[in-house]
Amino acid sequence: MALLTRTAGALHRRPRLRLALLLTAPLLWLAVLYLGSLAVLFVSAFWTTDSFTSEVVKVWSADNFHELFTTPVYRQVILRSVGVALAVTVLCAVIAFPVAFYTARVARPSRRPLLVVAILTPLWASYLVKVYAWRLILSEGGLADWLLGPLGLHGPGFGLTATVLTLTYLWLPYMILPIHTALEQLPDNLLDASADLGARAGRTFRSVVLPMVLPSVAAGSVFTFSLSLGDYITVQIVGGKTQLIGNLVYANIELNLPMAAALATVPVVVIVLYLLAMRRTGALSSL
Amino acid sequence: MQLSRSARIAVRAAAGLGFAVIYVPLLLVLVNSLSPDRSASWPPPGLTTRWWSAAWHSSGAREALWTSVRAGLGATAIALVLGTLIAFAVARYRFFGRDALSFVVVLPIALPGIVTGIALNSAFSTVLEPLGVGLGLFTVVVGHATFCVVIVFNNVVARLRRTSGSYEEAAADLGADTFRAFVDVTFPLVRSALLAGGLLAFALSFDEIVVTTFTAGPGVQTLPLWIFDNMTRPQQAPVVNVVAAVLVLLSVVPIYVAQRLSADTATASRV
Repeated sequence: MALLTRTAGALHRRPRLRLALLLTAPLLWLAVLYLGSLAVLFVSAFWTTDSFTSEVVKVWSADNFHELFTTPVYRQVILRSVGVALAVTVLCAVIAFPVAFYTARVARPSRRPLLVVAILTPLWASYLVKVYAWRLILSEGGLADWLLGPLGLHGPGFGLTATVLTLTYLWLPYMILPIHTALEQLPDNLLDASADLGARAGRTFRSVVLPMVLPSVAAGSVFTFSLSLGDYITVQIVGGKTQLIGNLVYANIELNLPMAAALATVPVVVIVLYLLAMRRTGALSSL
Repeated sequence: MQLSRSARIAVRAAAGLGFAVIYVPLLLVLVNSLSPDRSASWPPPGLTTRWWSAAWHSSGAREALWTSVRAGLGATAIALVLGTLIAFAVARYRFFGRDALSFVVVLPIALPGIVTGIALNSAFSTVLEPLGVGLGLFTVVVGHATFCVVIVFNNVVARLRRTSGSYEEAAADLGADTFRAFVDVTFPLVRSALLAGGLLAFALSFDEIVVTTFTAGPGVQTLPLWIFDNMTRPQQAPVVNVVAAVLVLLSVVPIYVAQRLSADTATASRV
């Protein structure tokens, strides 16, 4: 007991010691284990693989990156992945806006908390189950075919379209929530002022609402964009033969880890560039 | 903003459509688990609970569930400790690199899972294999804990920011030493945030597949890995359907409990 009291006193007098005790374990874990692994991975992107033995050769070279930018397949896949991520982001924004507008401004205030939960719940439903649901919808004779059948159409089947649709579905709540929050916080008197100055609803929407909500759309787009760019499971399940960056990384891990590492830097760099671009819109401060 | 009647109707219709898009796939999974047919054709030819009992007796699914639970508990325990430590350091002290630390905490979840996955995979195989430790459940727990830390951190740091340090100072003035103040004052203040964070961390670990793919040894199969493995096998389809339906039903639990426990939004922590 006396020892305990003395330790407590010593700790109380030495805030630096307390801080050191707090930080040692987390720093060992995150800085040494995690950042260390990441650093080694990115360094290994500059190594090469012996094509006969598949052994990693630790000789410094930029061959992997040279190959990355000159091989047409790689270039194509990178562009396709960025295209998919952008398409998903635009689709999410288009679908999310009316939903958020309804939950934040049109629905009765007493109902709004329930509506927020209704948006949140699917966010916590299993990722894999949500992709599986779209596999069911888009499969031969599934719900999509049944719905489009009377119009003489077919569902899109598995492929690029299916991938974009499924990713849109997966990340939609990440777009709805920030827009909902921004719309909810929009001060009423700004809208009243706009109306007093003679603006009709449409004009108020364009000149007041939209500019104020745009940073939140950008914030949501950070998630929809980067989550889509890193995904490779969805493509495997509903993408048919479609290949995105993630699939290429996955395909190279066994035989050519340095190439896989070089490929893996691509989404990371693109995401960082996207973050920097979005920071200019003020999106990151509203995250 | 005064919307015209027609604009209001349009917004309502669009939002209704949006909510339909969100919920129809989940409902479809539920209905499909009751379909007697092995294919996913719509509409189902009838309803049966036969596959539910088949799934109940599926040893593969049970084993995978148990593996997931153990991995989730292990990862949550580590994340609770590390996340709380960082939260206290960041919320109660000023030090060099504080912003960098908050950034590093988010990194494992901000980077694509495949990047974290292969980084940990090659680190494990270079460091652990010479020691005779192969990939297994242990490495899954380490991988999951790495990205679960941020969930606990977010919940606890939000709570600490809302409660000032003056409570602890008051306790000290009244004669409580550091440990006493923690047990009697600080811990009760953050308890519900810890519970919410732990629950959400468990849910995240339970659902994770990408990092798991790269950190699980042979023979270690979590539930998502099991589903992924069996999804394309027509023979297993009905059992996969049931497992998927159960997961849809279960996903309501963490959000409900976390919302009750903590006002520090369950939203932010998923991110």
